[in-house]
Amino acid sequence: MTLAERMYLPAILGGLGITIRHFFMKKPTIQYPEVKRYLGPIFRGHHVLKRDEQGRERCTACGLCAVACPAEAISMVAAERKKGEEALYREEKYAAVYEINMLRCIFCGLCEEACPKQAVYLRHDRMVPVFTERDQVIYGKDRLVEKLDDRYIRNNPDAQATPTEPTLSRSVG
Amino acid sequence: MNQFNTFLASFKNLTTAGYLFYGLGLITLISAISVVTAKNPIHSVLALIFTFFCLTGHYMLLNAQFLAIVNIIVYAGAIMVLFLFAIMFLNLKEEDEEAKTNVTKMAAVIVGGVLMVLLLSIFNYAPVGTYNPASFDAKTGLVERLGIVLYSDYILPFELASILFLVAMVGAVMLGKREAGDPHF
Amino acid sequence: MELTVLVIKSLVILAVFGITLLIATYSTYAERKVAAFLQDRIGPNRAGPFGLLQPIADAGKMFFKEDFIPAQANKWLFILGPCLAMLTALMSSAVIPFGDSIRYGSFEVPVQGIDVNVGVLYVFGVVSLGVYGVMIGGWASNNKFSLLGAIRAASQNISYEVALGLSIIAILMMTGSLSLRHIVNEQNGFFQWNVFTQPLGFVIFLTCAFAECNRTPFDLPECETELVGGYHTEYSSMKLGFYLFAEYINMFTSSAIISTLYFGGFQYPFMHQVHDALVDSLGSTVGHNIATGIGTAVLFGKIFFFIFFFMWVRWTIPRFRFDQLMNLGWKTLIPLSILNVVLTGAGLLFDKFKYATWLIVIVMIIMAATNAIKAPRRKPVTVPQL
Ligand code: SF4
Ligand code: SF4
Repeated sequence: MTLAERMYLPAILGGLGITIRHFFMKKPTIQYPEVKRYLGPIFRGHHVLKRDEQGRERCTACGLCAVACPAEAISMVAAERKKGEEALYREEKYAAVYEINMLRCIFCGLCEEACPKQAVYLRHDRMVPVFTERDQVIYGKDRLVEKLDDRYIRNNPDAQATPTEPTLSRSVG
Repeated sequence: MNQFNTFLASFKNLTTAGYLFYGLGLITLISAISVVTAKNPIHSVLALIFTFFCLTGHYMLLNAQFLAIVNIIVYAGAIMVLFLFAIMFLNLKEEDEEAKTNVTKMAAVIVGGVLMVLLLSIFNYAPVGTYNPASFDAKTGLVERLGIVLYSDYILPFELASILFLVAMVGAVMLGKREAGDPHF
Repeated sequence: MELTVLVIKSLVILAVFGITLLIATYSTYAERKVAAFLQDRIGPNRAGPFGLLQPIADAGKMFFKEDFIPAQANKWLFILGPCLAMLTALMSSAVIPFGDSIRYGSFEVPVQGIDVNVGVLYVFGVVSLGVYGVMIGGWASNNKFSLLGAIRAASQNISYEVALGLSIIAILMMTGSLSLRHIVNEQNGFFQWNVFTQPLGFVIFLTCAFAECNRTPFDLPECETELVGGYHTEYSSMKLGFYLFAEYINMFTSSAIISTLYFGGFQYPFMHQVHDALVDSLGSTVGHNIATGIGTAVLFGKIFFFIFFFMWVRWTIPRFRFDQLMNLGWKTLIPLSILNVVLTGAGLLFDKFKYATWLIVIVMIIMAATNAIKAPRRKPVTVPQL
């Protein structure tokens, strides 16, 4: 080391200069709960059980999603479609109970890939809200099945919403 | 007994500084005694440090501010820290009694007794400095006076003392110097 | 009217005490904010507006933690440690002259806790006592790592105290007084400030102040990798809080002392003109008091800058290794400060010339420059192909 280097001071002053530059730089921080960023078109968020164009539930309770799920988060009870329910369920067998344990789910999206009926999707525009109570953890059909006035379209260019406020999506459920 | 009575009588018309002196003196004595009696060496050192603080208080009462502060800096701040250092490293414990054989105890008692007798006799015969409140200069203890005295009347002892320190320092450096074959830590 | 003086005096002391605590409290907040900003973050901003209530939240958290005393620890000394740290940290701000004086009727009360004529030594003595809090706490924890941390802290403090004292001596020689107020009054006029007369002494003092406060790059007493934590490994709850808080108080005090010793304290350029103008327009009492207020504000500006500087350095420079620290202290700073003292003395003897120590600075710069030019160009490091 030369003497100048051994005196430390020039190097220290240089370092101080660098850090003070950063002091005045724009901060890249995103103020999370207030500001949310768009997480991309393939973000895996809130599950949704799709309905078809006529508003019938697509799920046929085949159980493939439950088999595919690595976290064993999905459970369901199948039932046979009765006469007169054709407008409700597309297939002759349907899921009377369909539950996802959101504490177990790791949002891997394998259920979505496994489904032969394109019935289960992970929405890219909505997160599962933070839960604080036990009874909020298991999502039944009431919170999973797509609402007719709130349809989910995967390739919708307008759906570039940031993940919504947890309180908002709770009111959806 | 008579003396004691006059002492008691004089106790009543003491000034604030006088009361402070006696209070401080009592604390000093207690802490100094506990230096000797403390079982745990760390407690002993802490009591010694406290004693130094009391001494500083005495210096303050004498308006010798410089001495007071230097006493804190040098004794309490530096020397006693080294004491603590050494004792903490040695990790002496209360049950560490093997150094205290009967012979050492006897020797300590004799040495201490002789020292006490010596001090008492010196105190008895030595002229105790008196002062005249009328002509007393309150600035005697201040640093300017001290400097002037130190660098005029006492210049030789002062310089000799500094040379002594220099020699001690060189000696310490020599002792601490690493020799050719010494291992590197 | 002794009583009025006493009341004003005690108000000043109370104010000094309170301000010290307040500033130390908000230093913890400022530290986090500054650290965040220097690292391109935002820092605490949730508790209250801009996170201003963060220190209170921190204190609340500290208080509600479990106050744990290890079974084998020496209970009383364990408690005494943080108390001592806090006590010594708070004591030293008593002698700092925060301003000129307050006029009240016919009295003139200096804005200073106590004006002892050995002020510098007082600060020095209190600083040297600061080691005890750490040492006693470290020892009483009955933990090897705490003890090692305490020993490290003590040896570091003792080593740097020497250079600290020597760098002050040059100032004392120029002022001829140990009173901090006197030292401040001596620095009237911008180029009379001791930074300009004692550039080297200032650098040494600053470095030693960092070491005395245990701040980075000299924060070796606290260390997770080698010491598990440092002297306060065993501490929890508010006892730990006291130790950490004492550090911030120390930082405030040293900033105040640096400003006082080297940056003219409450002096600012054209102070006398401002003072005279104020006295002329507002009368000798109100005008004087306002001028004092301005001086105090200026001093606090300087203090805040140095507190910021402490933090700025902390988040810039990595720490020294312990042997490097000792080498720097004993082999560099102490000889340099002795040289500084000698040259200052020579300059003073020779026609009261105050700027003699610039000689060292110039010589050092020239030496460094020639050395850097003569040094062989370093080849860029090539990674051997495997
Ligand atoms: S996203 Fe993955 S873990 Fe979650 S339910 Fe579907 S398969 Fe199971
Ligand atoms: S969601 Fe799809 S995979 Fe799962 S049970 Fe229904 S149809 Fe089968």
